[in-house]
Amino acid sequence: MTVNVAGRAASADPLRGQPESAELIQLLTPEGERVEHPDYPLEISVDELKALYRDLVLVRRIDFEAIALQRQGELGIWASLLGQEAAQVGSGRALEPRDMAFPTYREHGVAWCRGLDPVRLLELFRGVSHGGWDPKAHNFHLYTIVIGSQTLHATGYAMGIQRDGAVGGEDGEAVIAYFGDGATSQGDVNEAFIWASVTNAPIVFFCQNNQWAISEPLERQSRTPLYRRAHGFGFPGLRVDGNDVLACLAVTRKAMQAAREGQGPTMIEAFTYRMGAHTTTDDPTRYRLAAELETWKLKDPIERVKAYLVRSEMADEKFFEGVDAEAAEVGTRIRKACLEMPDPEPLRIFENVYAEPNAMLENERDQYAAYLESFETEEAR
Amino acid sequence: MTTLTLSRALNEGLRKALENDPKVLIMGEDVGKLGGVFRVTDGLQKDFGEARVVDTPLAESGIVGTAIGLALRGYRPVCEIQFDGFVFPAFDQITTQLAKMRYRSLGQLSLPVVIRIPCGGGIGAVEHHSESPEALFTHTGGLRVVACGDPADAFAMIQLAVNSDDPVLFFEPKRRYWEKADVNLAGGVAAALPLSQAKTLVSGTDATVLCYGPMVRTCAEAAIAAAKEGRSIEVIDLRSLSPLDTETIFESVRRTGRCVVVHEAPVTGGLSAEIAARVTEECFYRLEAPVLRVGGFSTPYPPSKLEEYYLPDLDRVLDAVDRTFAY
Repeated sequence: MTVNVAGRAASADPLRGQPESAELIQLLTPEGERVEHPDYPLEISVDELKALYRDLVLVRRIDFEAIALQRQGELGIWASLLGQEAAQVGSGRALEPRDMAFPTYREHGVAWCRGLDPVRLLELFRGVSHGGWDPKAHNFHLYTIVIGSQTLHATGYAMGIQRDGAVGGEDGEAVIAYFGDGATSQGDVNEAFIWASVTNAPIVFFCQNNQWAISEPLERQSRTPLYRRAHGFGFPGLRVDGNDVLACLAVTRKAMQAAREGQGPTMIEAFTYRMGAHTTTDDPTRYRLAAELETWKLKDPIERVKAYLVRSEMADEKFFEGVDAEAAEVGTRIRKACLEMPDPEPLRIFENVYAEPNAMLENERDQYAAYLESFETEEAR
Repeated sequence: MTTLTLSRALNEGLRKALENDPKVLIMGEDVGKLGGVFRVTDGLQKDFGEARVVDTPLAESGIVGTAIGLALRGYRPVCEIQFDGFVFPAFDQITTQLAKMRYRSLGQLSLPVVIRIPCGGGIGAVEHHSESPEALFTHTGGLRVVACGDPADAFAMIQLAVNSDDPVLFFEPKRRYWEKADVNLAGGVAAALPLSQAKTLVSGTDATVLCYGPMVRTCAEAAIAAAKEGRSIEVIDLRSLSPLDTETIFESVRRTGRCVVVHEAPVTGGLSAEIAARVTEECFYRLEAPVLRVGGFSTPYPPSKLEEYYLPDLDRVLDAVDRTFAY
């Protein structure tokens, strides 16, 4: 397939045979029963299944530890991913190392899959940095806090991939843009859809619909199922069981491969649930019923994988104990690293604002340095 | 030397930038086939192709947001915002993302994006087509803000802006697009005045007039008129609005003892307020009079039949200079 960066229709059928209404794509039921889907055959080994289970448990443990650290005053805030582990691990493990991911501030599970040390995430939420990891080292961009902005960055990056001739062929690259249900109301997300569509960009829009934009339920964001929005923009939209790690893996893999091959964008709506608060500053009891949470607990993303592993006798008690022990170790390690994290030096305020010399800013820094030094001199007296 | 309009000088500068670096892209509304509504990008798509001179959908946030993504991939996009008043849909991407990405990444990411904005009034346009929003960007750390005032600077400065590893807001005085002057097209940017430096356009001894963009010519003409009345005005084209070339400003004001800052933008919270504060702080004992400001009023931009009353002109500049002699 030729890649036309000017955006002429590269595919004869932009929806690629996508039916107008698709059911929730599921490969593993909440009860832990493996089901087949004709469009998403998934061959997965026992080891791979166990690895996914391990990811899910470890990611939840990191989240748990971070919430605890916030409660103890060690983090300023934390945005919990509780309940969204399968959406993040499934999609995260569908990526090739050469693919690029653009996260929101809740993608701790994707960060884990990209090999980023969770301690780097804690730096941000502790207020030591605004992020500061090297996005190129993991092909994992910095967390974007403004809702939806990163979808345009992801689209532009995908346009760059096209210009580099890195679409199609064996080593094709693609981009995945993460965002939530609330972000679908943002102009930037809709503009990203338009740009990606008309340029046929190699991108997957991965929307974790966790049902709540802080206190606003989905019905205040959309009168149409979110995945159907894509059809109006001219590319396929799918709804996947976001608590099913296997379905998220299979669907994302296929969409990413289509993007890498030059077939253009896909939107995936991972239908999931934010089981915790929006962030640690939020109190969801003010706006939602406990019964809703109880219903979703029955669809827990981790329990179903465990049930499947147990029922199929693919893992024994020793395996689960091992994963739990590793999770405890990770928790201990990141806690220790968080507590030992030094505060940045005050003059770091002035660093990395510009690439080029800036006399005005240097002057401000020098004046402030002298001011700070005046206290030290006084104390020395 | 070639005589070029300011619009054409920008066009030649962009052409050089496209020739010099295959990573340079131009993107915006109507910049391709049409060549831009002011023809600044005329003929560039024909010569460099649709992948490098990109006609975009009609959404400014999308233009800047995708430019950021392209820059993250190693490209150097030059975005055109069609008119000053249309930059606001992109304001979020410019201030929350473009300005902050280097800082956020502890210096690991560079966003060499140029945003060209035709600015200012004087062309009899409808609402939103005559604004001067530069102070909104000079107030934002992480951005460089520059304004060209004549064809020679336009040619050099646009190339310097493209070469900068910082994001640059590049303001173009739209009513000066068709004014001509000599430009040395063979001159390399290495020999050009650095982007961060102000330029003393007219030397003088009695008062310093600071200006940029569309007001440069107005102030130069004011200096000529003043000279006929025996008053020697020094006119400095600031060129760089963030950072300011304070060294050049302070040196001049310490010599003349009087300072008038001129811009089309409203004076309230404008760049002139910042300059007045800094000049007062640094040149206090050398000032013979308070720093005065000449600019737009603290109103929305008026309908075009009133713009000649709103925009600073030669007489208002000279009136302000006269007032500095009343102290």
